[in-house]
Amino acid sequence: MNITVLLSMVPDLVEELEIDASGAALDTQWLRYVISESDDHALEQALLLKDRHGASVSVMALDYGDADQVLFAALARGADEAVKLTGIPEAGLGKRAAAATFKEALGGIRTDLILTGVQAIDDLDAHVAGMLGGMMALPYVGVTRSVEPSGEGKVLVQKEYPGGAAAEIEVTLPAVIGVLSAPQPPRYVPVARIREVMKTRTLDEREAVPATVPAEPAIIRLFKPESAEHAQMLDGSPEELAEQIVKILEDRGLAP
Amino acid sequence: MSPAGQDVWVHVEHLKGRVAGHTYELLGKGREIADALAGRLIAVLVGSGVRPLAETLAADGVLYVEDAGLAEYTPGSHAAVMRALVEKEAPRAVLFGATSMGMDLASVLAAALERPLIVNCVNLQVRDGRTVATCQMCGGKLLCEAEASGPVVVTVMPGSFPAEAGLAKSPPPVEAVPMPATLETVGMRAIRLLEPEPGDVDITKSAVLVAVGRGIQRQDNIPLAEELAGALGGTVCASRPVVDQGWLPMSRQVGKSGMMVKPKLYLALGISGAPEHAEGMKDSDLIIAVNSDAKAPIFDIADYGIVIDMYDLLPALTQALQGRKA
Amino acid sequence: MTPMRELNWNIAEHKLIYAVFLPFLIVFLWGVFVTMRRWLLGRPDPRWDRLWERLVGVVAQAGVQFRILREAYAGVLHATLSWGFFVLLAATCLVLLQEYLGLPTLQGPFYLYFMSLVVDLFGVLALVGTGMALLRRWVLKPKRLVEPRGSDGYSVLLVLIFVILASGFVVEGLRIVATRDPWGAWSPGGWLFAQAFLGMPQEGLERLHRISWWGHAVAAFAFIAYLPFSRAMHILVAPLSIFFRSLEPLGRLPAGGGAGAEGPGASSLRQLTWKHLLDLDACTECGRCQAACPAWLSGAPLSPKGLVLDLRDHLRARLGHSNGGRAMVGDVITREVIWSCFTCGACHEMCPVYIEPVPKIVEMRRFLTSQGDVDATLQDTLTATSRYGNSLGQSPRARARWTQGLDVTIKDIRRERARYLWFVGDYASYDPAARDATRAAARVLHRAGVDFGILYDGESGSGNDARRVGEEGLFEMLVEKNLATMRGCEFDEIMTTDPHTYNTLKNEYPRFGATWPVVHYSEVLDRLVQPDGVRLTRKLSRRVTYHDPCYLGRYNGVFDAPRRVLRALGAELVEMPRNRRSSYCCGAGGGRIWMKEAAGIKERPAESRVREAAALDAVGTLVVACPKEMAMFRDAVKTTGLEDRLVIKDLAELVEEATTLEVSGHA
Ligand SMILES: Cc1cc2nc3c(=O)[nH]c(=O)nc-3n(C[C@H](O)[C@H](O)[C@H](O)COP(=O)(O)OP(=O)(O)OC[C@H]3O[C@@H](n4cnc5c(N)ncnc54)[C@H](O)[C@@H]3O)c2cc1C
Ligand code: SF4
Ligand code: SF4
Repeated sequence: MNITVLLSMVPDLVEELEIDASGAALDTQWLRYVISESDDHALEQALLLKDRHGASVSVMALDYGDADQVLFAALARGADEAVKLTGIPEAGLGKRAAAATFKEALGGIRTDLILTGVQAIDDLDAHVAGMLGGMMALPYVGVTRSVEPSGEGKVLVQKEYPGGAAAEIEVTLPAVIGVLSAPQPPRYVPVARIREVMKTRTLDEREAVPATVPAEPAIIRLFKPESAEHAQMLDGSPEELAEQIVKILEDRGLAP
Repeated sequence: MSPAGQDVWVHVEHLKGRVAGHTYELLGKGREIADALAGRLIAVLVGSGVRPLAETLAADGVLYVEDAGLAEYTPGSHAAVMRALVEKEAPRAVLFGATSMGMDLASVLAAALERPLIVNCVNLQVRDGRTVATCQMCGGKLLCEAEASGPVVVTVMPGSFPAEAGLAKSPPPVEAVPMPATLETVGMRAIRLLEPEPGDVDITKSAVLVAVGRGIQRQDNIPLAEELAGALGGTVCASRPVVDQGWLPMSRQVGKSGMMVKPKLYLALGISGAPEHAEGMKDSDLIIAVNSDAKAPIFDIADYGIVIDMYDLLPALTQALQGRKA
Repeated sequence: MTPMRELNWNIAEHKLIYAVFLPFLIVFLWGVFVTMRRWLLGRPDPRWDRLWERLVGVVAQAGVQFRILREAYAGVLHATLSWGFFVLLAATCLVLLQEYLGLPTLQGPFYLYFMSLVVDLFGVLALVGTGMALLRRWVLKPKRLVEPRGSDGYSVLLVLIFVILASGFVVEGLRIVATRDPWGAWSPGGWLFAQAFLGMPQEGLERLHRISWWGHAVAAFAFIAYLPFSRAMHILVAPLSIFFRSLEPLGRLPAGGGAGAEGPGASSLRQLTWKHLLDLDACTECGRCQAACPAWLSGAPLSPKGLVLDLRDHLRARLGHSNGGRAMVGDVITREVIWSCFTCGACHEMCPVYIEPVPKIVEMRRFLTSQGDVDATLQDTLTATSRYGNSLGQSPRARARWTQGLDVTIKDIRRERARYLWFVGDYASYDPAARDATRAAARVLHRAGVDFGILYDGESGSGNDARRVGEEGLFEMLVEKNLATMRGCEFDEIMTTDPHTYNTLKNEYPRFGATWPVVHYSEVLDRLVQPDGVRLTRKLSRRVTYHDPCYLGRYNGVFDAPRRVLRALGAELVEMPRNRRSSYCCGAGGGRIWMKEAAGIKERPAESRVREAAALDAVGTLVVACPKEMAMFRDAVKTTGLEDRLVIKDLAELVEEATTLEVSGHA
């Protein structure tokens, strides 16, 4: 099986997020990028398939943020090949443009299974995976917690539902899967191995083919939720407090 | 009669013969949007043998697609149907829940039909004829306000709007639509539904956690917390000192050396909020902290805080919840 | 008449002894050969430097047995038994000198005073020691001997030794009676035995003498032949393990086996060094390491003795090809065992034969880490450390956030020269429990006019613990990052608050070219409170106890500076039973602070420690000099319910208390 894993970098939430002067974008000067968490799981899922059933795993990323670092780390973890799509603006692309760019790049590659994270945290249209499925007109299942081969040209995926339930769905390849989590957490790759890989391997750099996408929704402003710092304190007698709590739960659909 | 081009559609999510709660929230909000756009509010119900579900939906009309092949949900089959319908009727806005099902459908649909996609919305309104959405980004650390002047596909966070307005007082008109798409090419097949393993207390899987800390004081008090958890349909978990005392098993410990949890509700009772504990629960969707000390750090990570002796609050709260259920 | 004794009296056929000895000797040599051949399985490790120092060590520890004698009962029994044996062996050799070289060792005063009296007394001592040992094994049964498994092999040996000693005295006693030896009383042991044979007919005496003479000889030979296959092998191997002991500081972990085909670290015996393998045969199974091991005492599955013995069995089975395909890492030594170690070094300190468990454990960790085989929390920590340069996974930009709101400004040493570069470390920078102490230290140093600066966000974690969990690559990356920044700064000395950081900066950074002197802040405070330093007029009249951090005390020998500071403050220092070199680990070291607690822990090391402190009479303060301890002990006083008995204070906080009091006293 040939698996392609698409990796995206997203802002690291460990750093305080700053909004730029326009008020509608993150200030990239202060950004630190990390691999998107669900992409990390998608890679792990691919590597598990490789370990358990044999597969060739190729990873692909757009050239912004720490793409090199992320791709080399993927090679160190066990990916067979790493493709870097160059010619990307410094701040990356919107998710739809990213999906379209990946689609163009995937055109020339023989791949049975495209795995990527079900969502990236940093955009309005976070679902690269689903949009790619839609654009490529391939079968698409998202929010998976496991992917297993299932007979010739098929995989069996578990799609998560709330409350711990899941659906088992058989998908015909080629297909796109939006991974939520791999059956086990992403493996650790020792620093020495990454360094070794950086010395001995090279990234396959390819010029990204510019993709046209429909006008995206316009961002009016970005802002921080106000009550992020301290809890909103509730006051009153025990009965009043109980009532207020019940109300909060009701508002969130959490009341029994 | 307004042109279909201004209609607001709500995808009806259902599993095991029940409509998901957030669908009503979407209908309630959809009503406002549709009115503002001077369009109709249409609920789209896709499945097999689920027609009775339509009766609960507060909408101007229900499009009902019935096909044996749709009995078990798969993203492929439902997306194919939704796509064909949307392509044909061209509604202005299509709303999905930001849920496992909604995410799949919305993203595939938006891409296939080249419509803008806005996800994880917590608010929606119409301003000067444009759809304006506020959505969560970066793990809730940021909110983004965005607008779309034309057709749009939106996913909405469950719990963002009240559900009442979406519950039909009288059954809406239902239009049975012939199966608009073929399922032969969707490339997937539902095999079975996996239920969570019963009896197995995996607190990481619990949507509601009632967490007790040293403030609980004695083992005899654990049942009080259990009663409350029962009333909430949740599970009791604990900080380390409580587990250390042997009052609850290790599998219930939250924090650095315990479990990492991310429930929808984390009700922290008598927990100071030490970083080792916070590490394991700070990403919970909603944190309500009860502590007798106003300076307890737990209040820095909680959404709501109450300074009170937990024993004054517990009985009242349990009662209020039970009363509501009854 | 000159005192003397006839050589080989009554044993006409004594030459036969060589023929009898031969088979025993062959077995012995074979055993020694087999044992030593096993060591050659290991990889090279040069240990031939500083020969003189090595020899002195052998004399002190194998000869005089200083370490063994740290314990009364076990020390005395071992010393009497072994010295007795040495002396008897020496005497036997002296007899041979008379027989073959004609040296008159069995005549005159030398015979009387040494060969009779002294040797005999040593024989008696050995007999007493044997009795004590048997009593200990059969009746007293201290835990550390029987857990995690017993060492029954010693009983056979002890009985054999008893037989040899007793038969020796019987032979002597019979000779004294039969030859009516006028100097018989000069051999008190033999003389005592002789009393039993008084009145026996001469012929019977002589027959019995011959029988017991041969019996004695054969028993001794049997002992020799059995030695390489028995627990007694330590008699030969222990001096070697002492001779070849590591002369490097404990805090300088040896480089690993390197990345061979099997990857870095040690997954098999072959990847350990020959010295590691020799250690396995040197172990006496005394269990001293185990009795001091915080992992074992807290209920974790690791016992350093158990580890050594399991490895030894594996080594022996391996050559017998009967190891059943068991892997060294995972089967023989389980992951739980490998990850349980705090690298506190107590086992190194205790071992009478200088066995080194920590490097072995770290080698196995290196292997596991290279395979990504680490527990989830540790993995998060390592990922965070490689990403952010700190183990707490926080923003590197926030590293100096603790300086905010401080009423003093701290030099940015990247821009301004200072005498001390204060390398703050991860915990002291980020951990809320530790940050107060860090602030206190900053204020105290500032007030005392100490010229220091910090690296601000140019500092990364030192990597001490990354190295100890086996993440060598991460360690090197951190070293390179830190050195790149530090090389651009001007300063004379490095100061640290964290003993772990102190250790690696001092012992391990030099390999990368960092040659600056490194001091701990307790040493700087010590300089300050000396008569010509800051004056602390107001005395703290508290009874306090002080916890020696493993990485400061045992690892680097800094014991007195913090104590002097405490005394200078006026505090009354009461020592805990486990102090200085035998200090008990707080449970944070070796990367354990990053890992999930092992299942089945009975009492965490920190809890045991705060109980120890709280048990001291009228001591209300436990003083620490390490930011990690703050978190560990503050937690432990809560879990043990000792919150109102004991407060945990950092040394700097106490100094500040004294100076603040002084200031407010003037106001
Ligand atoms: C290495 C390490 C790992 C750790 N791992 C974990 C872990 O995994 N999980 C964990 O939880 N902890 C962990 N800890 C321990 C952690 O530091 C705290 O000690 C612990 O979380 C404190 O638990 P607590 O909040 O229940 O107790 P406390 O800190 O004692 O807080 C009790 C709180 O209850 C309040 N209270 C008391 N009575 C009442 C009342 N009647 N009504 C309302 N409020 C009341 C008090 O005001 C106080 O804030 C770890 C510590 C270390 C050092
Ligand atoms: S270093 Fe400490 S914890 Fe590790 S084995 Fe030795 S005594 Fe035990
Ligand atoms: S390793 Fe050393 S201290 Fe431990 S049992 Fe063996 S000889 Fe004794």
